Amino acid sequence: MATATVAHHEAASHDHHDHEHHDNFITKYIFTQDHKMIGKQFLVTGIFWAIIGGFLSILFRLQLGFPDMNLEFLRPLLGGWIDESGKLDPTFYLALVTMHGTIMVFFVLTAGLSGTFSNFLIPLQIGARDMASGFMNMLSYWFFFLSSVIMFISLFIKTGPAGGGWVVYPPLSALEQAIPGSGLGMTLWLVAMTFFIASSLLGGINYITTVINLRTKGMSFSRLPLTIWAFFLTAVIGLLSFPVLFAAALLLVFDRSFGTSFYLSDIYVAGEALPNTGGSAVLYQHLFWFLGHPEVYIVLLPALGITSEVIATNSRKPIFGYKAMIISMLGITILSFIVWAHHMFVSGMNPFLGSIFMFLTLIIAVPSAVKVFNYLTTLWRGNLVFTPGMLFSIGLVSFFISGGLTGIFLGNSAIDIQLHDTYFVVAHFHLVMGSASFFGLMAGVYHWFPKMFGRMMDARLGYVHFWLTFTGVYLVFFPMHYIGIAGFPRRYYSWTNFEFSNMYTDLNMFVSVAAIITFAAQFIFLFNFFYSMYRGRKATLNPWRSNTLEWTTPLHPGHGNWPGEIPTVYRWPYDYSKPGAAEDFIPQTVPLSQTPESNLPHEQELVKMELEIMKDEEQVLVANESKH
Amino acid sequence: MERELKYIDIVEQPISMHPKKFALWLFMVTVVMLFAAWTSAYIVRQAEGNWLEYDLPEIFWFTSGVVVLSSAFLQWAYYSAKKDNMTNVRIGMVITVILGAVFLVGQWYSWVALVDREVFFVGNPAGSFLYVITGMHALHLISGLIFLIIVLISSFRLKVHSQSMNTMEMATTYWHFLGGLWLYLFMFLLLNH
Repeated sequence: MATATVAHHEAASHDHHDHEHHDNFITKYIFTQDHKMIGKQFLVTGIFWAIIGGFLSILFRLQLGFPDMNLEFLRPLLGGWIDESGKLDPTFYLALVTMHGTIMVFFVLTAGLSGTFSNFLIPLQIGARDMASGFMNMLSYWFFFLSSVIMFISLFIKTGPAGGGWVVYPPLSALEQAIPGSGLGMTLWLVAMTFFIASSLLGGINYITTVINLRTKGMSFSRLPLTIWAFFLTAVIGLLSFPVLFAAALLLVFDRSFGTSFYLSDIYVAGEALPNTGGSAVLYQHLFWFLGHPEVYIVLLPALGITSEVIATNSRKPIFGYKAMIISMLGITILSFIVWAHHMFVSGMNPFLGSIFMFLTLIIAVPSAVKVFNYLTTLWRGNLVFTPGMLFSIGLVSFFISGGLTGIFLGNSAIDIQLHDTYFVVAHFHLVMGSASFFGLMAGVYHWFPKMFGRMMDARLGYVHFWLTFTGVYLVFFPMHYIGIAGFPRRYYSWTNFEFSNMYTDLNMFVSVAAIITFAAQFIFLFNFFYSMYRGRKATLNPWRSNTLEWTTPLHPGHGNWPGEIPTVYRWPYDYSKPGAAEDFIPQTVPLSQTPESNLPHEQELVKMELEIMKDEEQVLVANESKH
Repeated sequence: MERELKYIDIVEQPISMHPKKFALWLFMVTVVMLFAAWTSAYIVRQAEGNWLEYDLPEIFWFTSGVVVLSSAFLQWAYYSAKKDNMTNVRIGMVITVILGAVFLVGQWYSWVALVDREVFFVGNPAGSFLYVITGMHALHLISGLIFLIIVLISSFRLKVHSQSMNTMEMATTYWHFLGGLWLYLFMFLLLNH
């Protein structure tokens, strides 16, 4: 197999224009090295996981919203996890929230978002034939697939999947006797995450190498679309933080299976002292959150990048503050590594350290606010085109604001003592990280669907999907702030026994109903996605009248993306509604010398240089011609 | 069409480094982060007290010397390859591989020495950390050794020479990195044990 692919690849590099005839089913759809197909593989796997992750949340929302409900009708699916009285098993509830978190954070919003769009867009938007290493890219997907299979199997084992929360804090996660979810389920969780980390690193190394090494002529860093900047920085964050998670997980594996005491000390189980001494549970938290916090930005930055591109295109205006956008993303990248301990204000950490981390955390508000400001000013007085992708992008900006504001509360170590691990936190990160990133993902799918499949998605269904999801998300997460301020902790199976929280029965019921409706609305998208793939309206080459390079490829680009030579880039990607220009967009491939009517004074200077370069190229071309 | 295709081959890379070599550097960054995590965890844990004090195995001095020597021989092989002196390339690389194996055996004996001192993998984290750090470094060194052997085989097939230095350069970089990493870890352990 491997040798066959290599030989095939070599043949392909000599013969770019018609090689796809040699593809058979396996090399085209399964063990493909084409970045576009790998992107689609990530997307479809991500959608699969999103359905499962969403469904798990509906299960525990049923428990929270309708604590007295008879769940007997779920027995065919959940079997023994529904007890005799028709109630959800409490330990399975813990497994549900754990798996919901793990699936959504890693499998949907890391692999499904970054994996899909970094793979699909990086070579297309920078003008490259493929990723730096197609083989590594293929490996990245198949490690992810393997990881998915293991995680999926863990859902069905007798003791249930991992149940220690998605952060898997020891000692709970380290001791098999603690809860059923710390047994085999936890082992499978760790194995699956190991493969996931390998997949992310392989992908990330490839993205960075490709962006730095394989840009087409003229594509300087100051002409990169903001999507690419976002994917690039995301990959950098992943490269630096995922190894640390691996380091933490490996020590946890040793504690679980080999009897070491990295995280365990002085523990009594059922009156018996365990032999472990000298470990430190806080050590795990430090290591975990050194990944865990950057992970937030791994999830969010690609969505912000996609939004920049979609908003600029559909406002028919250049993005406001292109350089400010890059600098704020760089700022977020750096800051993301020095704020991890704000997740640990109540872990017994030195309070002085807490105030340092509080200070650093609050600084993140600055680049975030710059980005929001730039989105709003790009929208301001633009010729807005409300495509579904645009609506989802605007939705993202809305969540980024409303969820970001509560981040300022939580970042304060004093207020966090009251709010820590309550539904206030749940509301905060579901808005700013979960929903915002999910909306970025949706915006990307609606926007680049024509490039992926050569057909358009149905816009009307897209609008229905958007409005149901957008209102649904606010109806679900806004009330959670109140429940959280009242002090109700997250991850609790039941809250009706407490005087202070049983007055929120109606509110919880309301949230659960809204969650079910929002989840149901996603099936509109699913139908639209798969129906349009085969039956959608045929797309034109550049349906959104966009400037970036991917729209200069054929409708169904083959492996290699451009038949013939890769286009050269002469301008930045945001020349929308340029004064004097005939059209309201000028693609990156149009030389400045062809648009004297719209050039700015400093661009007129560049024309001379550009003409000289083009003349040189012509000579090389002729020289090359005579050689062959 | 044909004319345009020929043109593709001469498109310059924006930077001069070969993409695969660049990817190797990024991989080394991930390895650095891995060991940065363990060594900083070591310091954080040590600061909390209840830390077993013991002497480091003396054999680490010997293995450190071996790893430096192996790097020197590999560098010599690398220069020889640049001058197309194939015999020296093979001699240099074979010695490097042997020294690499000696290093691994030495590391194994360091564990034996630790057990003699009653410092076990299971027990106080002070000992466990040492096993994890040396063990994970040894694993990475084995990957470097495999890489070297692959290059050695391709040198016997005359695929390594002054015009085709890519894999040789990558293997040399990676090996120096692994040696340097060990020296860092040893220094770290000397200063913090």
